[in-house]
Amino acid sequence: MEWLVSACFGVMIACGVYLVLRARTFPVILGLTLMGYAVNLFLFLTGRLHTNLPDIISPDQTRYADPLPQALVLTAIVIGFAMIAFLVVLSLRALGELDTDHVDGQQEKPPA
Amino acid sequence: MTNLLILPILLPMVFAVLTILFRTHHRHANTMAIIGAVLHLFVSCLLMAAVLDRKVISLWVGSWPSPAGISLVADYLGAIMVLVTAVLHTAVVVYARIDITVRQIQSGFYPFMLLLTAAICGAFLTGDLFNLYVWFEVMLMTSFGIMVMENPAGRLTNAVKYVTLNLVSTMVLLTGIGLLYGLTGTLNLADLHDKAARVENTALLTSTALMLMTAFGIKAALFPLFFWLPASYHTLPASVAAFFGGMLTKVGVYALIRLFTLVFVTQTHITHTALMIAGILTMVSGVVTAASQMDIRRILSFHIISQVGYMVLGLSVLTPLALAAALIFMVHNIIAKANLFLVGGLMHRVTGSFHLTQMGSLYKTHGLLSLAFFIPAFSLAGFPPLSGFWGKLLIIYACLESRHYLSAALAALVGLLTLFSMVKIWSEAFWKPSPRSDTTPAGEKLSFWSLAPVLCLCLFTVLLGLFIEPVLQLALVAGEQLLNPAAYILAVKGGG
Repeated sequence: MEWLVSACFGVMIACGVYLVLRARTFPVILGLTLMGYAVNLFLFLTGRLHTNLPDIISPDQTRYADPLPQALVLTAIVIGFAMIAFLVVLSLRALGELDTDHVDGQQEKPPA
Repeated sequence: MTNLLILPILLPMVFAVLTILFRTHHRHANTMAIIGAVLHLFVSCLLMAAVLDRKVISLWVGSWPSPAGISLVADYLGAIMVLVTAVLHTAVVVYARIDITVRQIQSGFYPFMLLLTAAICGAFLTGDLFNLYVWFEVMLMTSFGIMVMENPAGRLTNAVKYVTLNLVSTMVLLTGIGLLYGLTGTLNLADLHDKAARVENTALLTSTALMLMTAFGIKAALFPLFFWLPASYHTLPASVAAFFGGMLTKVGVYALIRLFTLVFVTQTHITHTALMIAGILTMVSGVVTAASQMDIRRILSFHIISQVGYMVLGLSVLTPLALAAALIFMVHNIIAKANLFLVGGLMHRVTGSFHLTQMGSLYKTHGLLSLAFFIPAFSLAGFPPLSGFWGKLLIIYACLESRHYLSAALAALVGLLTLFSMVKIWSEAFWKPSPRSDTTPAGEKLSFWSLAPVLCLCLFTVLLGLFIEPVLQLALVAGEQLLNPAAYILAVKGGG
């Protein structure tokens, strides 16, 4: 189980980094989204992997899932969502005004 | 009494809402923002006084008990930073009266500015790592908002880069926070001090430290992560560039200082050596790149980078004197650097250009402006008795004292190169005969609103230099407090 989840995390980060290094805004945004998912998953995992455990701390419960990472990841998801939404709108404006989706705002010159 | 801690965060937020209501009446919006800034300055002074009285004050917000709640803490470092933020914010808001257009006000300049101030103060006062992340996000969001308001097309691509890079740094930061929580089970900074020292897997702890160093290094524009800064700052209006250039990188530096004195202090031979190397390279690369630029704003942007290097160098030496020196240098730099951006804006107003080749003979036509440039510029270059001289002297002295001779020599050399850049601006813009002799030399007359904040900041720089003795005492107490965090931890855990 741990292996599977950490492999998922690794693959998502790798894809994300690859996409972020592209020169067009759309792949960059997709890459950031992927990386965001991966990081949120990671944050969630810091409470360790459990099955069938309640996340409420009470005296008669000896084992429980750590509720704090779940709260943290909710915050991170919301903030990350807002950031990506802003970036999408910004890129669309840049595309509309500059007529290119290159991250430098201008097409690279065709090889001579 | 400890509720005072919440005011520097809450007050700008309240005024941000008020200025939203006044956004179509730009004069009223400005007056409202100035009132907010002055009140904020007042509560920051109160907070400073309270900290001077009681050393460290802390507050568990909403009285939630220790591990689950979020604490706000003000020690000397935090209170001083809040005070400097308030001073700069007030000056910038007054300056904005002439600098910011009606359209920019309508697209929300003042609310964003006030929220940004609230977020910066929140970052300085929080005692919780995750909360620090949240304040950084609020800062980013508001700075994005300011960056794209009424945008000329060139600014959009810069904004895209700025946003992308900051998102990447946020992800590194979150991963670091996750690792740290996984290792210690807490995110409260005071709690982390004990628990991080007890972590057995030191390799993982060190990689966490380096991860957080990378994340905050991007925000603080450390080598080799600084390329976003000159690319985005030089297109902003002068008052915004001043506030961003003065404050935003310093919040990153503050976070580094906080984490690497309070949490990651067990593996200093790795973490602080890395900080020192990064600091030195930042210093050198910033100043060398600045030397080749001709646009005032670009020169100043690269100098932000080089001076962040000094602060990080001071942190990496990790003695009370070095930390005090870093703190003095940070205060001096925030004020002087922001002031130079404001003066650069006035020079643009007078000559119609930011490019040095287009300027000239300002000394003859605008005496007061020359004075306003001279003081911060030569303070930055390190002329005695201005504040920058003491900052650099103390950092070099602290390096020598702990036998980092190469760092000391490079710090002195970088000071010399800074002087070169400042002299270049001075001789090109002020002494050289104006290249456009056909037009009337004196352009626009500078109004009271534009000169008053600039001259007040100049006065601050001069006073900081002249009264260095009490300032140094204060900074030394702050340095001691950072290296012996017992009082900090007691104040937080004892419930304040």
